[in-house]
Amino acid sequence: MTQNIIVIGAGMASGRALEHLFDAGADVNVTLFNAEPRGNYNRIMLSPVLAGDKTYEEIVTHDADWYEANGVTCRFGERVASVDRAAKTVTAENGDVLPYDKLIFGTGSNPFIIPLPGHDLNGVIAYRDLEDTELMMSMGPQNKVVVIGGGLLGLEAAAGMAARGVDVTVVHIMGHLMERQLDEAAGYLLRKALVDKGITVLCQANSKEILGEDGKVKALLLDDGTELPCDLLVMAVGIRPNVALAQDAGLAVGKGIHVDDQMLTSDEHILAVGECVEHNGAIFGLVAPLYDQAKVAAQTIMGEDATFVQKELSTKLKVTGCDLFSAGDFADAEGREDIVFRDPGRGVYRRLVIEDNVVVGTVMYGDTADSNWFFGLIRDKTDIAEMRDTVIFGPAYQGGAPVDPLAAVAALPRDAEICGCNGICKGTIVDAIEGGATDLTAVKAVTKASASCGTCTGLVEQVLAVTLGDDFVMPAAQSICGCTDLTHEDVRRMIKSQELKSMDAVWQECGWKTRDGCHVCRPALNYYLIADWPLEYLDDPQSRFINERKHANIQKDGTFSVVPRMWGGITTPDELRAIADAADKYDVPTVKVTGGQRIDLLGVKGEDLPAIWADLNEAGMVSGHAYSKGLRTVKTCVGTDHCRFGTQDSTGLGIKLEKALWGSWTPHKLKLGVSGCPRNCAEATCKDIGVICVDSGFQVGIGGAAGMDVKEVERLIDVETEEETIIVIKAMTQLYRENAKYLDRIYKWMNKVGLDWIRERIADPAERDALAARFDLSQTVYQKDPWAEHAQKKAAIYRPVANLTLEAAE
Amino acid sequence: MTDWIDIAALDDIPQRGARVVKTRAGCVAVFRTAADEVFALENSCPHKKGPLAEGIVHGSAVTCPLHNWVISLKTGLVQGNDEGQVATYPARVEGGRILLDTTFLQARSAA
Repeated sequence: MTQNIIVIGAGMASGRALEHLFDAGADVNVTLFNAEPRGNYNRIMLSPVLAGDKTYEEIVTHDADWYEANGVTCRFGERVASVDRAAKTVTAENGDVLPYDKLIFGTGSNPFIIPLPGHDLNGVIAYRDLEDTELMMSMGPQNKVVVIGGGLLGLEAAAGMAARGVDVTVVHIMGHLMERQLDEAAGYLLRKALVDKGITVLCQANSKEILGEDGKVKALLLDDGTELPCDLLVMAVGIRPNVALAQDAGLAVGKGIHVDDQMLTSDEHILAVGECVEHNGAIFGLVAPLYDQAKVAAQTIMGEDATFVQKELSTKLKVTGCDLFSAGDFADAEGREDIVFRDPGRGVYRRLVIEDNVVVGTVMYGDTADSNWFFGLIRDKTDIAEMRDTVIFGPAYQGGAPVDPLAAVAALPRDAEICGCNGICKGTIVDAIEGGATDLTAVKAVTKASASCGTCTGLVEQVLAVTLGDDFVMPAAQSICGCTDLTHEDVRRMIKSQELKSMDAVWQECGWKTRDGCHVCRPALNYYLIADWPLEYLDDPQSRFINERKHANIQKDGTFSVVPRMWGGITTPDELRAIADAADKYDVPTVKVTGGQRIDLLGVKGEDLPAIWADLNEAGMVSGHAYSKGLRTVKTCVGTDHCRFGTQDSTGLGIKLEKALWGSWTPHKLKLGVSGCPRNCAEATCKDIGVICVDSGFQVGIGGAAGMDVKEVERLIDVETEEETIIVIKAMTQLYRENAKYLDRIYKWMNKVGLDWIRERIADPAERDALAARFDLSQTVYQKDPWAEHAQKKAAIYRPVANLTLEAAE
Repeated sequence: MTDWIDIAALDDIPQRGARVVKTRAGCVAVFRTAADEVFALENSCPHKKGPLAEGIVHGSAVTCPLHNWVISLKTGLVQGNDEGQVATYPARVEGGRILLDTTFLQARSAA
């Protein structure tokens, strides 16, 4: 008996189900409804169409001939208005009533449109069908497009348009791209590749409103006030199963249309396949399980036993030049271990997540040639204990002898290039070593190998090891911490030479061994990034020690101390009254005069900080940065104003210096002193930078200290005017900022680089001016009062996030 | 028996950060890691009672701001060569909100 089958929706799943029915010679009479005015096409190939790699004709899966040959009645461009389950009929939009024996729902999914103000403007679209694709294809180099959503679909849309020369910006709410499929490291590499394609990528960006003009989209407004002008706005933020018709028909519906293992809905005559279904709590967006469902549905209709089983899924991004693969589960969890392989030079990243000697997840970027083999390990739950050492290298390395990296270097020919920056071959390095350059520093000096970006340092060391044999001793350089084998100097060089401008970039390119560093390396990296990329890098408060995060010094009982700035140690009765009032108002237990000529309020409760700062701001005072690795104080004596020995206005110069330098971050704390004569009442000769005024001008010294070590400054330079003194000190501070290791005071750094090297830089007028200019540039970002900013905008974080003491006793 | 109560939005705590919740028996520190996991611990280091909520959060551990003891957020155990353990309390995230178990918190104030 011929079965009457009605299919609602011509998608990839329903199309495949029909193929199975016809291939098996099932005795069926099919009517196919589709709301889109066309038949089945391969929706996942829309991205290649958008990018111009394929045409629509190439992605059509079933053409008119196929439908005719199989006797399918096509009702394209027509919707089904209702289903009468009791009578087993469907009613079309035009009123036709058609009987069915079996009904298949393939209604697919609807794109989710965020209900932002302006979402109904012209030019706001989803990325779902051919119409959307054609609109995107109409954009060209003169157009700007914003894509909301940094998931699979959003990025394919962005890359497709960028390939057409469109100026595309991707706005993503999460911290990294494709967060459901990728970990942070791979998300970083992907972002870098997209940026290289000319796409602007904004992560952690919240959309606030879509702005329009004459009913047409004009720009996207973010909640930080940024306005992104655009001619077209694409929302690709996810899909929702389309269940409206099924719900109206009274079928059991949750997130999707409920189906059992046979793809039957709660009505035994109705099946559902594809993105509209919910099976065991899961919904489906990738094509592999949809095809499985289609096969099972066809078999169910033909009365055969078949069961749909959910399988492990994998994802590949279809963007030219971004090889990306992810599969399984790669979240951190108890008992899970990572095997990670990185080759920053080639842009390759591989991570395997292992649980009980079984690979449970993988993320691959850059080289995905072996992805199917790894996916097989996950799917088959293969025990990898035997090949654990080499599994990360892929199938080619299994079963053979373990690979010795030194053997590989030894096998390189003489003309193999080792140092790409300077074009140095292995032969040149070997000759240098045989000529007496027997350690890294010597090789660097003789050949320049590894002297630029430093990424080949390891290779050069291996050449040394191979050439010298047992005579070679690997240098025991002090790494920053257990998260990396690199030294502070290595990492700083990488940050500069590879233009690493984010913490993720450093972790990735420098091969960090931990997920997000530790309390030792994070503050150091945050400092290096601030110092080297003041405009590009955003300070990360979570990578700062508490004192710098909360702009106050933590005390042993968890309270804080508050020290307002007193420029050059000069104060006024009004300021002193305001300090006294604040001390009373906030019950400050201890008020102390500091060694830096200002007043310390000790024992302030963390919650009171924003309020006490607001009061001090009100009286005209700002943070004294008494807690920072940055400029602390400029100590002065009274100079020519009052002192009978004074030779210059030391107080005035001190105030000018403090006003020029305050707010700057430095590798360690920075204390200055200006004494009006060689009697040195301001103790300037034991400061990091000290100025002694004399009749003929100003003597600037550096490298003093009066802490664990006591050091006298060494004379850097003598200058004649105040203006020169200020420029010299700005330049000196910048040189220190750019070159010293985090937590080295000037005297420690000076011992490493030598006073002569510093003096050469500062004495050269061009270099001095360039350094001072870079300092000024950084100050445009960082010279601001953190107290005012926190008191006005961030006061909430100083309070408990919740207070349960107010709950009634139970 | 559990009795989950809504404490705050997940976004009220920065990633790799913490905030405190005041209870009648002192403060509980609620941490959020880079992977958006949430943990609740006694806000007091076993060493010298340092306020752990003010520490630097890395991986699933926090470093005490006073003397750099490192404490696992999952177990409350002190890492490395130091010894000790901090009390941990059930916490979870649901629909972008942080939930704590008051049954545990009350047991704590009774102790």
